[in-house]
Amino acid sequence: MVNLIWAAMALIGIVFAAINGTMEEVNEAVFKSAKEAVTISIGMISILVFWLGLMKIAEDAGLLAKLARLFTPFVRRLFPEVPKDHPALGYIVSNMVANMFGLGNAATPLGIKAMEELKKLNGERETASRSMVTFLAMNTSGITLIPATVISIRMTYGSASPGEIIGTTFIASSLATIGAIFIDRYYYWKRTRGGKR
Amino acid sequence: MMAFVQWISLWLIPAIIGFILLYGTWKRVPTYESFVEGGKEGIHIAFSIIPYLVGMLVSVSIFRASGALDYLMGFIKPLAEAIGMPPEVIPLAIVRTISGTAALGMTTDLIATYGPDSFIGRLASTIQGSTETTLYVLTVYFGAVGIKKMGDALKVGVLADILSFVVSFFIVLLVFGK
Repeated sequence: MVNLIWAAMALIGIVFAAINGTMEEVNEAVFKSAKEAVTISIGMISILVFWLGLMKIAEDAGLLAKLARLFTPFVRRLFPEVPKDHPALGYIVSNMVANMFGLGNAATPLGIKAMEELKKLNGERETASRSMVTFLAMNTSGITLIPATVISIRMTYGSASPGEIIGTTFIASSLATIGAIFIDRYYYWKRTRGGKR
Repeated sequence: MMAFVQWISLWLIPAIIGFILLYGTWKRVPTYESFVEGGKEGIHIAFSIIPYLVGMLVSVSIFRASGALDYLMGFIKPLAEAIGMPPEVIPLAIVRTISGTAALGMTTDLIATYGPDSFIGRLASTIQGSTETTLYVLTVYFGAVGIKKMGDALKVGVLADILSFVVSFFIVLLVFGK
């Protein structure tokens, strides 16, 4: 699926450029975006090192397990495959909390760690497990409490009330997250009913 | 309200750092050694993401630079207009799923053009704030841990994005009116 979409985007783009006469832009885009990707990855080192280092302290101190336990009734239902008090739950919860506060930089390393733990639970297989799909679905719709970046843009352009979209953002993202969980459950139901696994 | 939000965003990160260090020290964790050990993983993760991100961004940018994305949007526009959605935000809704930086640029542009307190400005703000870049999250999270078969993840993620876009539209319409 991903292979197909990935190749299709590039191929359609190239054919389109041939018809449209935008080959020059495409050439430029290839090298610019490749460079941008490396810049983003390298730029992430500082944040990844810092947050993963800090979170390792939290994990060793038992703070993550505590956080996981606090949200256990809620998170357990969403991730029935993850054992109780498993560090994966701690990372999932911290990732959600970081996303809620608009700390995207802090959320990414935590999300990656959560995935890593989920992969261990899945016997290190290279196929996405049920929990991984659920986590991803929740993450992409992501409940947001404080959309900091948007507020700062609104402030820059002289909004009378930059923070007025906090309410709509929170409601929209909460409803979308609930919807995402249902979509995820539907596909899981389809998978198991079809007997593919 | 605004002062409170600013206060939170200023204090939140230092407070988290302080709390973890304090708690770790109290629990007699070798804080510095734990930090270094955890941090080493960060370097490994950042490097392992590179090929995934390069592949994805190049493909997306070819699609965008060729003009194919604009063409695609032309098809979706009439559909949006039919349910009363301003066509100006359609490109944002599509790009939000594919590229985070491009979406942020578009949101900024929409806010600058139509004003932050207009219907389009508020809608763009809500869309930008309430969804994540699915393709980026998918690439980075799965790439970092080496998941090759994504299963239903992409389908579920994209459907969730569409849902979140539609929900944003109705909520903004309901709360602020046109």
